[in-house]
Amino acid sequence: MTDREIEVGVFLVLMAVVIVVGFGAARWRAPEDPHTLEEWGVGGRAFGNWAIWFLLGGSMYSAYTFIAVPALTYGIGAIGFFAVPFAIVTTPLTFFFTVRAWSVARRHGFLTHSEFAAARFGSPGLGAAVAIAGILATMPYVAVQLLALQAVLRTVGFGGEWPLLAAVTVVSVCTFRSGLRAPALLSVVKDVLMAWMLLTALLVVAMFGGWDRVFRVSADHFAATPSPADGLLLPETGHLGFLTLVIGSALAIFAYPHALVGMLAAKDRATVRRNAAALPVYCLALAVMALLGFFALSRGVTPVDGDLNTVVPRLIHEFFPSWSAGVAYAALSVAALIPAAVMSIAAANAFTRSLFRPYLRPDASPATEARVGRWVSLIVKFGAAALILAVDPAYSVDLQLIGGVVILQTIPAVFLGLLTGWFHRSALIAGLVTGLGVGLLMLYDIPGADGTGHFGGSSWPLGDGVTVYVGVVALVVNLLVVVLATVLLRAAGVPGGRDATRPDDYLADAGDSGLQRMDGLIDGTPRDPEPAGSR
Amino acid sequence: MPTPAPRSRHWQWLLVLPVAAPLLTPLANRIEPTLAGVPFFFWYQFACALLAIVVISAVHVATRERGDD
Repeated sequence: MTDREIEVGVFLVLMAVVIVVGFGAARWRAPEDPHTLEEWGVGGRAFGNWAIWFLLGGSMYSAYTFIAVPALTYGIGAIGFFAVPFAIVTTPLTFFFTVRAWSVARRHGFLTHSEFAAARFGSPGLGAAVAIAGILATMPYVAVQLLALQAVLRTVGFGGEWPLLAAVTVVSVCTFRSGLRAPALLSVVKDVLMAWMLLTALLVVAMFGGWDRVFRVSADHFAATPSPADGLLLPETGHLGFLTLVIGSALAIFAYPHALVGMLAAKDRATVRRNAAALPVYCLALAVMALLGFFALSRGVTPVDGDLNTVVPRLIHEFFPSWSAGVAYAALSVAALIPAAVMSIAAANAFTRSLFRPYLRPDASPATEARVGRWVSLIVKFGAAALILAVDPAYSVDLQLIGGVVILQTIPAVFLGLLTGWFHRSALIAGLVTGLGVGLLMLYDIPGADGTGHFGGSSWPLGDGVTVYVGVVALVVNLLVVVLATVLLRAAGVPGGRDATRPDDYLADAGDSGLQRMDGLIDGTPRDPEPAGSR
Repeated sequence: MPTPAPRSRHWQWLLVLPVAAPLLTPLANRIEPTLAGVPFFFWYQFACALLAIVVISAVHVATRERGDD
């Protein structure tokens, strides 16, 4: 057998295993009544430490991250490393904020941020706005995952549209059947493959002269390029842009629907807390991947057709032993399909709970909800596939950038709302709209690399090479509007919405009286302010 | 409904450390000292990830809630 055949053979065998696991997932800890959104959408809130840890790693540290981040360090050096501090910052914040979100979601039966926002500020309209922002931001995020998958498939030798569509179909059917259980089980497979890939990568680096040589050659390369922005260190003018990007990206994680889904599947508060402590392990893996960009640069790996997303697949092809390359391709492919599945589930939950039920079918039964959720998840995935097949892939990346700015505007309601219910519902909507307007205008204003056109990135130039991340500026404007409008509305005596949550909801844990098995109660009366007393 | 009284909420302030440390890039923006050939700027973030594991675990243990083991 040739190297090529071994590479492709190992890849295909592993993908076959993945499909079997994905289909079998529905039987894993099968619930008595699988036909509720609670079971399908957050795995019955019954996942323990390990399942959650793998699931979070699977959904947050996606193929797009593992392919785009090394592509960035390969292209511009230190600035591309922003993903690592951003990932680290989210972990202590998760420990504090997500635990509160888990408790209040558990007590009230929320599956999404949008439901929380609606209940916290007494405004279904706000919930709908948050849900729409979440769905709009999630679609292009799914699309860039599929782009990463396409880059891998192309390197393996499966170019064209059909392999991609086949992969999307398989993962769609798995998700349709098994809900969140499919990506959770697949995440375990993915992490084993990923660990193998990282180990191989480290050995390869050691065999080819070690990090010393990698950084010496990279430094020479960056010194030779005309651009002042690239290099092994941040340029003097780069700090503001770098830090605002880190902070903005970290906050966005707490507003993206898919990030919450994984945590809500946890069985108790302690599971969420332990996971927050263990999540930085993934940051280490991400950091190693980011450094691989420099290795690729130092060995003169060249991307296919100038598409930087192919740098990592090319590196694997050229430097890994052929069977290890097959393992690595499988790892990256699964790492693209898992977040695509989790994101589509999250978007489906948001649609079903904050748009379908309040506005279209207030008396929807749990079975109806689960059915709607399943179909919406299919629409999201195939919509994303259609997006990248129908339009220039570059637009998907632009849309994902815009999505990041959009989702950040829900931070006052869904993130700060965990701490305070002081904001006025009308003020939050006004801030959301203003933030969106400012953000989109600024994005539109950014010219492309050639100095012309629009939507040329998310770093807004302030002059002298200093840039700032658009999402953070828009969020600051948003917050100012929220605070000012709240003060004015309260002074004018305009009544705010009724807060359906109570302070102790944010500390509730599994095992509290009335919380042992909430499903029936939850699916019946989710907004009941006194769920514990009614039983 | 009674909620468990955390042993001490003040421990949570330790979480400020792993939030702030990765953001100190203007101070960490240097090549030397290198570690196994990796410039300081990069291995500093590895150290921050380890710090996050240690601090979050410590806070988790110190503020252990009822039902934890």
